[in-house]
Amino acid sequence: MIRITCPVCGTRAETEFTYGGDATVSRPGEEETSMQPWLDYVFNRDNPRGWHREYWHHVQGCRQWVILERNTLNHEVGACTLARDAVEAEE
Amino acid sequence: MSRYSAASILRHALSGNTSWPRAWRDPEPQKAYDVIIVGGGGHGLATAYYLAREHGIRNIAVIEKGWLGGGNTGRNTTIVRSNYMMPGNTMFYERSMKLWENLSQDLNFNVMISQRGQYNLCHSPGQLDAARRRGNIMRANGIDAELIDRAEVKRRLPYLDYSENARFPIHGAIYQSRAGTARHDAVAWGFARAADRLGVDILQQREVTGFLREGSRIVGVQTSRGDVRGKKVGLCVAGHSGHLARMAGLRLPIETHSLQAFVSEPYKPMVDTVISFGAAHFYISQSDKGGLVMGGDLDMYNSYAHRGGLPMVEHTLASAKALMPCISRLKLLRHWAGAMDMSMDGSPFITRTPIYGLYLNGGWCYGGFKATPASGWCFAWTIAKDAPHPDNAEFTLDRFERGYQIDEKGVGPQPNAH
Repeated sequence: MIRITCPVCGTRAETEFTYGGDATVSRPGEEETSMQPWLDYVFNRDNPRGWHREYWHHVQGCRQWVILERNTLNHEVGACTLARDAVEAEE
Repeated sequence: MSRYSAASILRHALSGNTSWPRAWRDPEPQKAYDVIIVGGGGHGLATAYYLAREHGIRNIAVIEKGWLGGGNTGRNTTIVRSNYMMPGNTMFYERSMKLWENLSQDLNFNVMISQRGQYNLCHSPGQLDAARRRGNIMRANGIDAELIDRAEVKRRLPYLDYSENARFPIHGAIYQSRAGTARHDAVAWGFARAADRLGVDILQQREVTGFLREGSRIVGVQTSRGDVRGKKVGLCVAGHSGHLARMAGLRLPIETHSLQAFVSEPYKPMVDTVISFGAAHFYISQSDKGGLVMGGDLDMYNSYAHRGGLPMVEHTLASAKALMPCISRLKLLRHWAGAMDMSMDGSPFITRTPIYGLYLNGGWCYGGFKATPASGWCFAWTIAKDAPHPDNAEFTLDRFERGYQIDEKGVGPQPNAH
């Protein structure tokens, strides 16, 4: 059982969350017309062995999307932050 | 090396079984090969075998980081079937089914293929309609499929839950009589022995750590025990395709996920077929030793850990109990996990890559084992001729760019949903 420390609710079991996939891909702007950025966003993944930055949805808790650092080799978990904070930081 | 036969068993019995030859050599690598296959599982060994047998290329190395068949070949639930309906998949898996049917004779190695049939249960009228459509497509392609109603399912599989309380009532099933199981270790060993007899060098305990390049072209691999040169390099490392491809500078439409399998304590003969639950991801068969062999869903998050999580153990066993309440008190003997290449449309890749000299076989999702012979056969064709066979022509990397995904379940680019 992976235990995720939600920034809102505290430490909870993974069964309260839904996995949302790779958080390092970002959607190209609407004005983007070339194919490759869209292909990379929709289909292609780094798929790392080791630390992976990923979305989880705390669907049975606060319903916030969080970004979790997790090691895909041993399931060790690291920092967990609100996804909206990461987006605001980018903007 | 001698052929296995009844006579050879007798002859060796008379000498106390002390003089059986090794099944394959453990050679030192040569300086250069025509083809290097990375990955000594079923797919890699089958590729080497068919390259040697069908295309006369004998100067081949299979490089394996651990031992033969120690990856997903040894971790699956051993089911073989060909009940696919999307163009691109259907005839590929049927080629595999046909190769399975004669594989033991072909390889002179008993892979214990047992065509015990497979039922896909349907739990609603809509699901039964979808099964009818699938069955019709299979039959139109010359593949056996039979739609059976609830009464007939109950007659054939009396131990399932047909009570008023069943959470998912059984409305019927689609049945493929030629489907079944095979012994997975024997598949790796059989292909290894047959390939070795044709001159293929199998190099174990040698992990590939990078690629040798000349200009933009790949001309061999770096390994943990020295470089090996080869004119063409084929990857058969499903589970780690993304990892190896990244060393070559490719980013693939693949995520690696962990899939668990389970074996119960031995039980008297009960399940004489293969049954797939239609209401959740769950399938069950019984091994020759009596253990019930069960598989479930992915753990849902990216993982290379070869280790499953307990929530999915509970989910799988809840499915088992919903389908067959009579096994609720059986104990689990073992459970384990394998690392799956989950592709973005649920279908595999057998293809050239944009990098000259590099070929890819991967993206097998849940379904790699049943594909083993045809995967090797088609990958060998692709490597030898630098062009795909019609049966694997759709398994390209550029199908996403062209909008030709082969999405059997129609769930979109969400690897853990396939």
